[in-house]
Amino acid sequence: MRKLVFLALVVALIASLGVACGPVAAPTPTVKRVLVGFTASQTGKLNKESKEQIQGLQLWLEDVKKAGGIKLKDGTMLMPEIKFYDDESLTDRVQALYTKLITEDKVDFLISPYSSGLTQTAAVVAEQYGKVMITTGAASDTTMEQGFKTIFQIYTPASRYLTGAVDLLQKLDPTAKKIAFVYEKERFSTDVTTFAQKYAKEKGFDIVLFEGYDTATTDFAPFINKIMPPKPDAIMGGGHFTDGTTFAKQLYEKKVPVKFVAILVAPPEPAFVEIGDAAQYVVGPSQWEPLARYSPESAKAAGLPWYGIGVADFTSAYKTKYGYEPSYHSAGGYAAGLIFQKGLEEADSVDAEKVKTALDRLDLLTFFGHIKFDTAAKTHGKQIGHEMVYVQWQKDAAGKLVKPVVWPLEGKSADAQLRKQ
Amino acid sequence: MNIDALVPSSIDGLMLGFVYGLAAMGLTLIFGVMRVINLAHGPVIALGMFAVYLIGTQFGVNPYLGLIAVLVLGLVLGIVMYFVAVHRVINAPELTTLLATFSVNLMIIGLGTVVFTTTPRAIDMDLGAFRTGAITILGTKVVAVLIAIAVTVGLYLFLYRTRVGKSIRAVANNRAAAELMGINTTGVLALSFGIGIMLAMTSGGLIATLFSFTILAGGVYELKSFVIVVLGGLGNPTGALVGGIVLGLLEGLTTIFMPVGWVPIIEYGVFVLILLIRPTGLFGAR
Repeated sequence: MRKLVFLALVVALIASLGVACGPVAAPTPTVKRVLVGFTASQTGKLNKESKEQIQGLQLWLEDVKKAGGIKLKDGTMLMPEIKFYDDESLTDRVQALYTKLITEDKVDFLISPYSSGLTQTAAVVAEQYGKVMITTGAASDTTMEQGFKTIFQIYTPASRYLTGAVDLLQKLDPTAKKIAFVYEKERFSTDVTTFAQKYAKEKGFDIVLFEGYDTATTDFAPFINKIMPPKPDAIMGGGHFTDGTTFAKQLYEKKVPVKFVAILVAPPEPAFVEIGDAAQYVVGPSQWEPLARYSPESAKAAGLPWYGIGVADFTSAYKTKYGYEPSYHSAGGYAAGLIFQKGLEEADSVDAEKVKTALDRLDLLTFFGHIKFDTAAKTHGKQIGHEMVYVQWQKDAAGKLVKPVVWPLEGKSADAQLRKQ
Repeated sequence: MNIDALVPSSIDGLMLGFVYGLAAMGLTLIFGVMRVINLAHGPVIALGMFAVYLIGTQFGVNPYLGLIAVLVLGLVLGIVMYFVAVHRVINAPELTTLLATFSVNLMIIGLGTVVFTTTPRAIDMDLGAFRTGAITILGTKVVAVLIAIAVTVGLYLFLYRTRVGKSIRAVANNRAAAELMGINTTGVLALSFGIGIMLAMTSGGLIATLFSFTILAGGVYELKSFVIVVLGGLGNPTGALVGGIVLGLLEGLTTIFMPVGWVPIIEYGVFVLILLIRPTGLFGAR
């Protein structure tokens, strides 16, 4: 019995020594909440693209939370949280809701809504209140040429959106001479087609039709009837997912005999395939594709620092979470979060002025591509690093519709094809 | 002017005109019988679109068969709407009935936005096409025209060949005299409103087989219906069909000469012109 008591005392002594001599517990890092606000078009005509964008952003948020937050140099962990409302794809709602996010919800930073039109409104509100806003899903040049100081654009601007399609057409069919432009009458599509038309003229093309359609248009027959007589070689334009998809479908139904069709926004979306054979041969400019070749190696080759998740990791994480491939809208959502994160890290602070200065200095490569913001007073925050890629819906050997990258030549994963009836 | 564009554009306009006419017929019938301008006409057209869409997606019913259910639904909804919103103010000044139906408009749009959101929907229909040269006539449009004609003929036969139809015409002509002749005017008014709503919903169902739509999509057709009703003569269902065809053709032709965005300006210009020169409409009695 005395032996047992002695043994127990020895064990207790060793245990207490063990505790006393064990590693000193690290001080718990200070965790600071950072509230990021935005509106999502959960309803209305921009619902599809906005949903993808928000899903991308939410995936970024999950990754940051898994990593324990965004670490500052003093060990403080910034934990982003998001606050958002449904803007119903309406400008009026955006104006009211961004004001509410700033004045009532007291958000620290802002992400833009989807689309140039809504972002223009949000940008004015953000600038008025001095809030830093990362814009994604918004490519308008005019928004970024108003001398805003706190707005930073992720997307390649509209002026460079369709110019590659003109180059691709010329490469694919040097005899092509006539292009018809039919576009949605709103800021983004008008910007894109106006610049593309100018570029096409410089390249020697004749513009046989340049006409806009109202946002709510569902019947494209009047435009198609106007397109046919001048016998264009190519049709370019469109606007957003719903109208772009309808336009492509009606072009196919009416068997419009053109060699090349390039439509904005809709073709890069995986859901574009739902229109079946009407999708075949349609070319679409894309801000990003899962086949994009951005990597730490390509960053090194370009002399740029690499930052964040890899293309394959993002694509697989998105597929795992949502069950399908991400579109460029999804990637844009994630990239907005990622650039915001880098801005905080570089600023080592949540002070808006320091974050703004840090963003001004960014020049790096991410899974989304090269990101660098213009710092000239008039065009401050405009994206000057990122470049577009072009996809085309084609049938693979098994007859399945796929969308390889066909332009630029150095990044293509398949050859572009001329349209056949 | 390009003759190549003129022919296909006229055909497209003409075919769409039949559907416009059908949409306007409901509006003009209600006005003709009870002097009520139904401002819930657009939302009711949108309800027709959603009815066909939901019957198709939820029960796997072919949209054209779904139209039969829409006919019944429209009739019932119209009768209910009449007793809820119109009956008690039927003898009040026209502004009162206008406001009553506008309230119904707001309720349908509000509820519809909550339930369906404003996300566009579409019915995937492919009935092939007839093609020759620059002309392409889609099978869906041909069926829409045939159904519009069938409904118009059915309405005409009902109004002119049946006892109930004659009662409706009698009430439209002189409600007090019809009542003295022993006609149940309340029942006739409710039935007429029901038929008007039925026609609007049917046109909505047909439009849904052609184009994508939201709960707000009926607004465009409501405005066109007003132009057509004025064109064809207030209270004249046959005039509405002809007015619809004229408007469709006008759309088809004007878009060849000018930007498509100008179409509403032309349409409402015609609207004002007819009101000024011939307020009873092109086919109305002087």
